[in-house]
Amino acid sequence: MNDTTRADPPTRRPATRADAPLLEIVGIDKSFGQSRILKGCSLDVRRGETVVLIGPSGSGKSTLLRCVNLLEPADGGDIFFEGANITGDFANAARIRREIGMVFQNFELFQHLSAAQNIMLAPMKVLGLSRADAHDVALDLLRKVRISDKADAFPDELSGGQQQRVAIARALAMKPKLMLYDEPTSALDPEMIREVLDVMADLSAEGMTSLVVTHEMGFARRAADKIVFMEDGRIVETASSEAFFGGSVNERAQRFLDQILH
Amino acid sequence: MMSLDLVFDYIVSPPFFHGAVLTLLITVTSLFFGVLAGLVIALMQETRSRPLQLFTLIYIWLFRGTPVLFQIIFIYNVLPSYGIRLSAFLSAVIALALNEGAYMAEILRSGLNAVKKGQRTAGLALGLTTSQVMRFIVLPQAARIVLPPMGNQMIGMLKTSALVSVIAVEELLLVANQTASASFRYLEALTAAGVYYLVLTTIFMALQAMLERSLDPKKRRRREKRPLLDRLLLATESADVR
Ligand SMILES: Nc1ncnc2c1ncn2[C@@H]1O[C@H](COP(=O)(O)OP(=O)(O)OP(=O)(O)O)[C@@H](O)[C@H]1O
Ligand SMILES: [Mg+2]
Repeated sequence: MNDTTRADPPTRRPATRADAPLLEIVGIDKSFGQSRILKGCSLDVRRGETVVLIGPSGSGKSTLLRCVNLLEPADGGDIFFEGANITGDFANAARIRREIGMVFQNFELFQHLSAAQNIMLAPMKVLGLSRADAHDVALDLLRKVRISDKADAFPDELSGGQQQRVAIARALAMKPKLMLYDEPTSALDPEMIREVLDVMADLSAEGMTSLVVTHEMGFARRAADKIVFMEDGRIVETASSEAFFGGSVNERAQRFLDQILH
Repeated sequence: MMSLDLVFDYIVSPPFFHGAVLTLLITVTSLFFGVLAGLVIALMQETRSRPLQLFTLIYIWLFRGTPVLFQIIFIYNVLPSYGIRLSAFLSAVIALALNEGAYMAEILRSGLNAVKKGQRTAGLALGLTTSQVMRFIVLPQAARIVLPPMGNQMIGMLKTSALVSVIAVEELLLVANQTASASFRYLEALTAAGVYYLVLTTIFMALQAMLERSLDPKKRRRREKRPLLDRLLLATESADVR
């Protein structure tokens, strides 16, 4: 809470509440056993901004996202969400996670629940909505992600693209202030990637603050305000979308970019 | 020649009826405590505590590594010499329940493990608490997975319960055997007992099929009705897998 009492790195002036980024990651460290996975990562996401995080496999992108909503404890550094230091605040983890939606590579829809029920579960159990209200919310969101006709379908009856759109709707049902996407389209067949990215881009355009791990450069060009390049546990480049696609990025980022654009 | 009249007389006679009731009672009580023991063991295995894990390992090793008959006789005959005096019925239920617990633990644990970790993560990420994730996400999915093998265990228990006749519990098989040796009508007495067993197992199978149906999330949309024979065949198929 009291970020003023914290010793911030000298390069960083303590942000006042009003203009503080929605999410501020400051020098996060994380090790699994002997291997250091995150080595002092810092990253800001401002309200309404969409930040795309790219980097080679194993560079620690998923780990960074998981630290943000406390699915993984950070070893060092601080995470501020809405100006409050949430680092290690596991007592309030459930409350914090309500405000942060997460979308996974493998969708992770609850297999025993229909599309609508997947969306209704958390609003009912966490926010205490009535079944009828939760159902209304679910139908609205399914319309938003353009699969209103699949409300009663079960996950195994949906295509990958449809499942991922339901998963996005499920996260949105909690009215999150921030959305985290971890390679949301990398498990999808090429013809389904588009429908998911379209939904995400629409959300970004509507002002949903998003942190997106993806290698879909088309999406980044379309929706990103800022692009962050990560390598070997470090953030090695943070650039505005214009600068990034204008070619003014450092050499390592450019090399990676050339690789994924083959 | 088999006298059907005599079979019928045996079936409706009080000793056979009481024997069947006792068999059902032993089965249901042992199952109840067996599932409870299995659940405790399975949850102990999920914890990271070494002593608890070692305890469960030894428990499962002992009860799966020796015959049930041995366990029944052991509890009935050995415990009294250490001052623990139990009725035959109680000894029977304790032995069967402890034995069942070892198998149930394995079944329950495999069910819990079959629910992928990502499902829990997705629940947590939505802001559900750990116990809500367990209750609304993990357990319902695990239940569907463990039901068929658990049903097989239950039918198995009905038959295993006949073993407690060795410690003179007046259950169905003992009654049949006693009646037969008194009257020398083995065929009729055993047929009467067999009919009871078949009726009981059929009821269990029907219950299992009903439970499986009620746990199937898509049941409401699957209006087609399976003929009874098909369902029983399905049940026997799943029984063969074990
Ligand atoms: N729970 C864990 N235990 C041990 N090591 C882990 C764990 N999670 C991740 N790692 C390791 O941390 C490193 C970074 O993993 P992470 O998943 O964050 O990378 P990533 O950038 O998301 O890669 P990818 O593009 O393949 O998804 C990997 O080397 C991985 O093996
Ligand atoms: Mg990853």
